[in-house]
Amino acid sequence: MTASSLRLRAGLVSIVLLAAFLGIWHLATRSAAPVATMSPEYAKLMGLTATQGKSAMPGPLDVGAKLWEHLKRPFYDNGPNDKGLGIQLAYSIARVGTGYLLAVLVAIPLGFLIGMSPLLSKALDPFIQVLKPISPLAWMPLALYTIKDSSISAIFVIFICSIWPMLLNTVFGVASVRKEWINVARTLEVGTIRRAFTVILPAAAPTILTGMRISIGIAWLVIVAAEMLVGGTGIGYFVWNEWNNLSITNVIIAILLIGIVGMLLDQILARFTRMVTFPE
Amino acid sequence: MSTFDNPFDPDRNLRAGCVCGQHQSAAEHEQATAMRCAPVESEEKRYEGVVASAVMRAMFPQDVARRAFLKSVGASTALAALSQFFPIQAATEVFAQAGAPEKKDLKVGFIPITCATPIIMAAPMGFYSKHGLNVEVVKTAGWAVIRDKTINKEYDAAHMLAPMPIAISLGLGANAIPFAVPAIENINGQGIVLATKHKDKRDPKDWKGLKFAIPFDYSMHNYLLRYYLAEHGLDPDTDVQLRSVPPPEMVANLRADNIDGFLAPDNICQRAIYDGVGFMHLLSKEIWDGHPCCSFAASREFITTAPNSFAALTRAIVDATAYASKAENRKQIAEAIAPANYINAPVTVLEQVLTGTYADGLGGVKTDAKRVDFDPFPWQSFAVWMLTQMKRWGQIKGDVDYKAVAEQVYLATDTKKLMTEMGLSPPASAYKSFAVMGKTFDPAKPEDYVASFKIRKAS
Repeated sequence: MTASSLRLRAGLVSIVLLAAFLGIWHLATRSAAPVATMSPEYAKLMGLTATQGKSAMPGPLDVGAKLWEHLKRPFYDNGPNDKGLGIQLAYSIARVGTGYLLAVLVAIPLGFLIGMSPLLSKALDPFIQVLKPISPLAWMPLALYTIKDSSISAIFVIFICSIWPMLLNTVFGVASVRKEWINVARTLEVGTIRRAFTVILPAAAPTILTGMRISIGIAWLVIVAAEMLVGGTGIGYFVWNEWNNLSITNVIIAILLIGIVGMLLDQILARFTRMVTFPE
Repeated sequence: MSTFDNPFDPDRNLRAGCVCGQHQSAAEHEQATAMRCAPVESEEKRYEGVVASAVMRAMFPQDVARRAFLKSVGASTALAALSQFFPIQAATEVFAQAGAPEKKDLKVGFIPITCATPIIMAAPMGFYSKHGLNVEVVKTAGWAVIRDKTINKEYDAAHMLAPMPIAISLGLGANAIPFAVPAIENINGQGIVLATKHKDKRDPKDWKGLKFAIPFDYSMHNYLLRYYLAEHGLDPDTDVQLRSVPPPEMVANLRADNIDGFLAPDNICQRAIYDGVGFMHLLSKEIWDGHPCCSFAASREFITTAPNSFAALTRAIVDATAYASKAENRKQIAEAIAPANYINAPVTVLEQVLTGTYADGLGGVKTDAKRVDFDPFPWQSFAVWMLTQMKRWGQIKGDVDYKAVAEQVYLATDTKKLMTEMGLSPPASAYKSFAVMGKTFDPAKPEDYVASFKIRKAS
């Protein structure tokens, strides 16, 4: 069995699964519920769900048509509360990028220091363990109240939520560099700084990058929640705005796009990880 | 009663002097009517009228002389003659602009509901730009967020529930920060909607154990629903569950069966009906006709640091409110505020709310032109009533200086001055008595009013 034929068959199964999913979705949302009789005057004032028994859940065809509409003009700008999907995604990615980069700048040097000192790593561990599982939504009111700026608050929340996996992985990666390698460096009388950069960093890099990959996933999860709360711009705001209008079609489109962008971000980090991985 | 009701209605005796508010006496008004007091079509005309009558009065300090002059030459000739040596046109422009705003680019937050109609429509329909402002109206996720963003100065002013500025000023549920209300947004325009499965439970006595959503703890919705339930013998704290849910999320919750009903802004009510998940049990108008709902609020700090911007903003809002109070404009407004940039709702839904011809969710079409109405005057008696309810339900503990708080937060005097300058006719007093479910409220005796309720939180 060659690898390429396996990939071919896997792709085939994926397509069949997708088709089956779309088919079931289509059938499930097509059926019309029985409708109470109403006067035409009354019917004119009512929505399709009430007058034609149309399912409140849109079918794949509705979603496809709407998606096409969005893709045709992704960058329209109808004022501060209504922008195209492309602009919304750009805002979200910019926020995630800023918060995430700040987290990288703090987590990796800090993790390095903590990892090199067994005492610090033990002493700080309880704090990190407590702070790590806190939901972004729990941070939000505190951030809004103290920072007094909603867009910085959103970035802060990304920062605070994405820092922990990176920090923990860096600490772990640095602490578990093989003793033999460090001993060899020491025997060769390599200075501390040079040792950190030429021995520890390359050895710990795969673990650090795995942490970064987990973090970007978390940052992308967090942004949607944060934007739903502070509003204004971003894909999370888009979801909230369309939910207000009970437009499930647009919510589904947003879900799809959030998934695709999340996957792309993850793939980029995965590629970096492969670049620094070494065979032992 | 609305400030924009026919100002020539003889039954409307709200102030001393003439019905249009520009003259010392009715007789003088009659005299000047020929010249300017006819219902004005446009803003400039109205300002021009105000300016012209001021000039006339300055030129003829004595009524007798003015009357004689007008009688002998006729109003139009007088106006033409006056314009010869006094640039009324230029004076009007200067007057309309008032002081130059300290800050032109302003941000105003709003919640996507029809209560915010004047705030929202003022952007697409150009009321802000007419008053020299460049305002960005920003949609916000919920009342707590709009409060925090306004306190943080991300917004210069915001759409708030009428009791919120009082609560913020008193430090209830937030740090005490002095806020002020220059204008009420809408009166009426809310409703109690129940899930369709409760269509046989029309008597509130059968509502024990139901779950209701209200927009916020410090909202007229909360106080009205509690009032309504208590009048029917239910204790809102023990017999039913009241939950704070941001208005836009209510329909989704009603559909998901998380709640049995809600008292919410009409566009939310109508949306529930439109989607066939609920029916209109009662318009809030039937609880208290003419009740305030939402307000336009700003912090004292903004008012003192940028008084001209604040005045221009208030003028734009009062202007938009005046426009919105006219039934013939409502359809056009519905179309202006429906897009995704603003309320983001089907036009049909907003039209039903604003025109008052609506589907009730039970198969009938009802008409009530006053379903929602717009009146900017911040009656201080409204504030006193809200304070009595805060006290009644235990939101305020201890003694309250009702009058002082009401006067500090509800800027009736300033708004009155502004409205007079704009040629509108504000009421003479900031207090009026009204009836809630048939029970009269006397703003002079708030303590007695609170004590008169059998169902209330023991304090």
